[in-house]
Amino acid sequence: MASRSPAARRRRPAAVHRIEIAVRPGEMDPAGHEAALALAGVGLPDVKDVRVLRSWFLQGAHDAGTLERAARGVLANPVLDVFAVDATLDVPVVGGARSVEVTIARRPGVTQPEAESARVALHAVGVEVSEVHASRTFVVTTSASQAQVVAAARRALGNDVIEDVVAGRPTTHTFPTPKRAPVRRRTIKLRRIDDAALEKLSTDMGLSLSLEEMQTIQEHFRALRREPTDVELETLAQTWSEHCKHKTLAGPVRMRDGEGERVYRNLLKETIFDATRRLDKAWCWSVFKDNAGVIEFDGDVGACMKVETHNHPSAIEPYGGAGTGIGGVIRDILGTGLGARPVANTDVFCFGDPRTADDDVPRGCLHPARLLKGVVAGVRDYGNRMGIPTVNGAICFDPDYVGNPVVYAGCVGLLPKAYVEKAARPGDAIVAFGGRTGRDGIHGATFSSVELTSESETVSSGAVQIGDPITEKKVLDVLLQGRDAGWFTAVTDCGAGGFSSAVGEMGEATGAEVDLAAAPLKYPGLLPYEIWISEAQERMVAAVPPKHVDAFLALCASEDVEAVVLGHFRDDRRLVVRHGTTKLADLEMEFLHDGLPRPERAASYVPPVTREPRRRPKKRYDKDVLQLLGMPQIGSKEWVVRQYDHEVQAGAVVRAFTGPHHGPADAAVIAPVLGSRKGLVLANGINPAYGRLDPYQMALLAVDEALRNAVAVGADPKRIAVLDNFTWGRCSRPETLGALVRAAEGCRDAAMLYRTPFISGKDSLNNEFRTDDGRLIVVPPTLLVSAIGVIGDVRRTTTSDLKRAGDVLLLVGATHDELGGSHWYRLRDELGQNVPTVRPGAPRTLATVARLIRQGYVRAAHDLAEGGLAVAAAEMVLASDFGATIDLAKVPGPSKDDDVRLFSESATRFLLEVSPAHASEALAALKRAGVAAARVGKVTKATSLVMTGREGDGSPATRIELDAEKLRLAWREALPTDDAKQTSGRAARRGGKR
Amino acid sequence: MSAKAKTATVRKAKAPTTKPRVKAASARAGRGKRTPHVLVLRAPGTNCDRETAYAFEQAGATTTAVHVNALLASPRQLESVDGFVLPGGFSYGDDLGAGAVLGTMLRTKLGDPLKRLVDRGGIVLGICNGFQVLVRTGLLPGWDDESGEDRLVALASNAQNRYEDRWVTLEATSKHCVFVRPGDRLHVPVAHAEGRFVTRDPAVRQSMVDRDLVALRYVAPKGVSPAPFPFNPNGAEDDIAGITDPTGRVLGLMPHPERNQLPWQDPRFHRGDAPGVPDGRLPFRRAVQYLERR
Repeated sequence: MASRSPAARRRRPAAVHRIEIAVRPGEMDPAGHEAALALAGVGLPDVKDVRVLRSWFLQGAHDAGTLERAARGVLANPVLDVFAVDATLDVPVVGGARSVEVTIARRPGVTQPEAESARVALHAVGVEVSEVHASRTFVVTTSASQAQVVAAARRALGNDVIEDVVAGRPTTHTFPTPKRAPVRRRTIKLRRIDDAALEKLSTDMGLSLSLEEMQTIQEHFRALRREPTDVELETLAQTWSEHCKHKTLAGPVRMRDGEGERVYRNLLKETIFDATRRLDKAWCWSVFKDNAGVIEFDGDVGACMKVETHNHPSAIEPYGGAGTGIGGVIRDILGTGLGARPVANTDVFCFGDPRTADDDVPRGCLHPARLLKGVVAGVRDYGNRMGIPTVNGAICFDPDYVGNPVVYAGCVGLLPKAYVEKAARPGDAIVAFGGRTGRDGIHGATFSSVELTSESETVSSGAVQIGDPITEKKVLDVLLQGRDAGWFTAVTDCGAGGFSSAVGEMGEATGAEVDLAAAPLKYPGLLPYEIWISEAQERMVAAVPPKHVDAFLALCASEDVEAVVLGHFRDDRRLVVRHGTTKLADLEMEFLHDGLPRPERAASYVPPVTREPRRRPKKRYDKDVLQLLGMPQIGSKEWVVRQYDHEVQAGAVVRAFTGPHHGPADAAVIAPVLGSRKGLVLANGINPAYGRLDPYQMALLAVDEALRNAVAVGADPKRIAVLDNFTWGRCSRPETLGALVRAAEGCRDAAMLYRTPFISGKDSLNNEFRTDDGRLIVVPPTLLVSAIGVIGDVRRTTTSDLKRAGDVLLLVGATHDELGGSHWYRLRDELGQNVPTVRPGAPRTLATVARLIRQGYVRAAHDLAEGGLAVAAAEMVLASDFGATIDLAKVPGPSKDDDVRLFSESATRFLLEVSPAHASEALAALKRAGVAAARVGKVTKATSLVMTGREGDGSPATRIELDAEKLRLAWREALPTDDAKQTSGRAARRGGKR
Repeated sequence: MSAKAKTATVRKAKAPTTKPRVKAASARAGRGKRTPHVLVLRAPGTNCDRETAYAFEQAGATTTAVHVNALLASPRQLESVDGFVLPGGFSYGDDLGAGAVLGTMLRTKLGDPLKRLVDRGGIVLGICNGFQVLVRTGLLPGWDDESGEDRLVALASNAQNRYEDRWVTLEATSKHCVFVRPGDRLHVPVAHAEGRFVTRDPAVRQSMVDRDLVALRYVAPKGVSPAPFPFNPNGAEDDIAGITDPTGRVLGLMPHPERNQLPWQDPRFHRGDAPGVPDGRLPFRRAVQYLERR
């Protein structure tokens, strides 16, 4: 925050001095480099070089010596930088004839964390300043015009919500005098308007409420014999949003498909949640009610997990959208029970094909490669700064994500059992702490419930939040101390809907009263309703009994966390909102939470008509394997993962990469309590291709994939819980909703088959993009299943890299002719029809493999997934210093075709490396359990993958022979590293300061 | 420890001395071997404090975490401890460059107590962001200029211009640094975006080598020197990963030895190639042993 001391308010114009700083000429300028890529990425021609110049404007009477000290000792790094005091720094033009300057600065009044940091540091060296302002000037060497550069900078480097982008380099700065907005109660005339006017009102106010919902509100206020206020309408819109109330999943549905007609009164409750209830696991401590599901971890300590979507903000502003997605899900964990300690993050993304030609990206959409880079930078900068390791994830690519990327962010926390339950009590203070409230993120909850268009970037820019991870880290620090001191009766996060949702939910059973005038603001001028529904980041709300309020406020102050008493909980189940003495809302909690109409929705499902392509046997499949390894979906994500701190907290045991040559691991294992061998396994299952063919099987397959990934590293399938995340199109179309119903039923049946409970979930609907010419791009039905399991001893885990020559390779699980939706088909642009089917024996397979690993028989394990046996074997080889031979004739299962055996993606299969001494015993154990398994080959000293099949006459024939180094190359070069394509301007704004 | 005891110690410790003296913290352990006490600094954005404290405790020290605001309010806490450690993280968001704000605060407000701690035989350790802070405080590699404004070294953006998390191998080169012995090898992770060690000019670097101030270097397999990426993970000059000061009691390093304290933390564990005693324990053990003996 640009600080405002009393001296400044007296309007005595104090001198404003300027310090300009740049990286020494000839030295690498990381922020300039990023900016150059970003500008080129939005099509600015002929960008030869960019240098970044940081300008500081300091208000206060200072002599040249003091300013020199400020620059040399604090603001610049003399080893790396050059600077000028009240003078213009000469930035040499590199590689071109001329340069153009463009300056970006936060708008007046917008929080500037670096300005506050500068004030603190300058104070330490005895330089007192009343005001600080910072800006960045980009000196761009290019032949493009000034106007072109400014336009490109506005798109690639600036953020219109909070920043001004101007031509040139300002030499002075005028600090604004704060303005105050008058506060008054605003009523909306609602009682006497017709349906058309109701719909118009919903649209004009950005409420995203349906006609039926508006009518319900109208009737309510007719009965009350008064008009609603704007704050009341906004509160209802937030609370009734799809984002907050899950109207579709938790609503009544009439479903018609080949199995006839059935009606669900509450789809979620009667499918996924019902399975959890029937499974009734004692180790599930809290399911589907709090921010996150909680399971037993170790004695009195529980583990909780939540996965959120942040699709729409990320589509518009990938860096900020993804960063605040992570920030938001971390607050979900902080707000679970009385507060959990985050120990791991996960992230799963779906993008359009990163190799899409620029012209094929619809107007208003960011190029998938740019989205990828921006999203990764956002996750990196937020997660790393929070000190939470990002340990598990996945990236999917499909052309239909081009208009609407999918960003899932997950967080795992630990909390003692005593802190799982919470309930605010009447009289408890409502304490808000953390970040200040601003105009950022207004209408995020309602925005997420509409389709995107090419106008979304401008129309909805206010819905994108701005993250400040250090503030959230400070919040984490005081929250856990406050929890352990026993000062809270409840806590929750400010997420979608801001204070309105946080207070509305916490006070649902009691009632609550809030004075918005108490909320600290980032800048003056916010309307009361904006304060109430702002989704400004890094804010939490705690219910604190009066006797502990002072102690908690003092703790917050001691760690530089802003905290205020916003109000108190009432005992009459009313939600009262004031600003000072002006009453702005007075709603019954019952109407707010239960008044929402629940219309029955129609759903239907007709299986798509597809067919299997004609396959012709080939002599060699080497090229197919290399092409598969080179698919972005299968290939190495090393470029992404290395940017995440996956080691902080020192809990990592099985990481994203494994083996001396860094091959892919199946799942993450962490030992989150230092010194303890108790572990958590984190895995995920997702395959959107199946959503197109059979959403029911997709759900079963996603659960199967998540579980077999977890089991492959050594998890006990009896102690795994899963989470669901649906990303779907608009469910007012019966066929779209029908696919969702089929997926929910698949989840239910998977839970019962594996006896694996779902403990939490989330849905994001309306993921569609309408292009300028009216074409609708709908995301494929996308279900992410995240698994969290408990491991008794992390030393009894295994990894996928081969470990000893001479070891036996066992293939576990039968291979069927199930190439439908496979990656091998996708290479040929085919979808096929034969989707893999999860078979009743799957749980036995998982249990037996888990036991073999626990017994120490298994030296390496890898599940068979994308690309089938061929890719799994290739990955085990490329990670290691060894090779492998595999005889395809030995592959168990009904199909005799080599191509099926190589590439089919049949479910519940593993490739295990077992020492020769244990091989027979392991096979016998599998056989006893009724699991199909066979010796298919062995580990070799020669570092190549050799897979042999049979000719028509039965004689052996080599199908694949590839050196490990060749496999590595293909796998590592899968993600395009064309930096210009992947550039996010928002990352450049952070400069090199990470 | 009572406030009284602290004050008493402070008075005794006031005069700088080269000879370590027995203090309240160690007296707690009774006669014989002393149990060194280490203060772990927390600041806004610090995020490796828990595992760093754990590493010192594993090595036989006791630890207390202190928030920078509390330490600024009573700097005397430094007078009663044997060691001070700045863990990794993003102090104050690294808003003015890595470690700049906290470094400036420590230099101006705690410079003298920190110098006294080192002078009386105490140790100071900065890991990752803590290292970045230490080069901003003047404790590393030691100022030429008393005002502390004339910096000699810096940690610049990684040569590849991105954050990098990977395991590296370090070899100790300093003979006088109490945290290491020449030839010590450590397999530990790095995780940073600004870890490229640079000196102001070649003369500074040569002088650091001559004065035995280079404590740890990144090494490549088969001793290839200079180590190419990824073995030198950030393009640091002369493969320098960590440096010490003329006393040998201050160490700053970019990699995270506190993240390799338990056998299963080492990625080589599943291949059976991880040593029985994790590498990362070495610098903590050596420092604590030094404190116990003095």
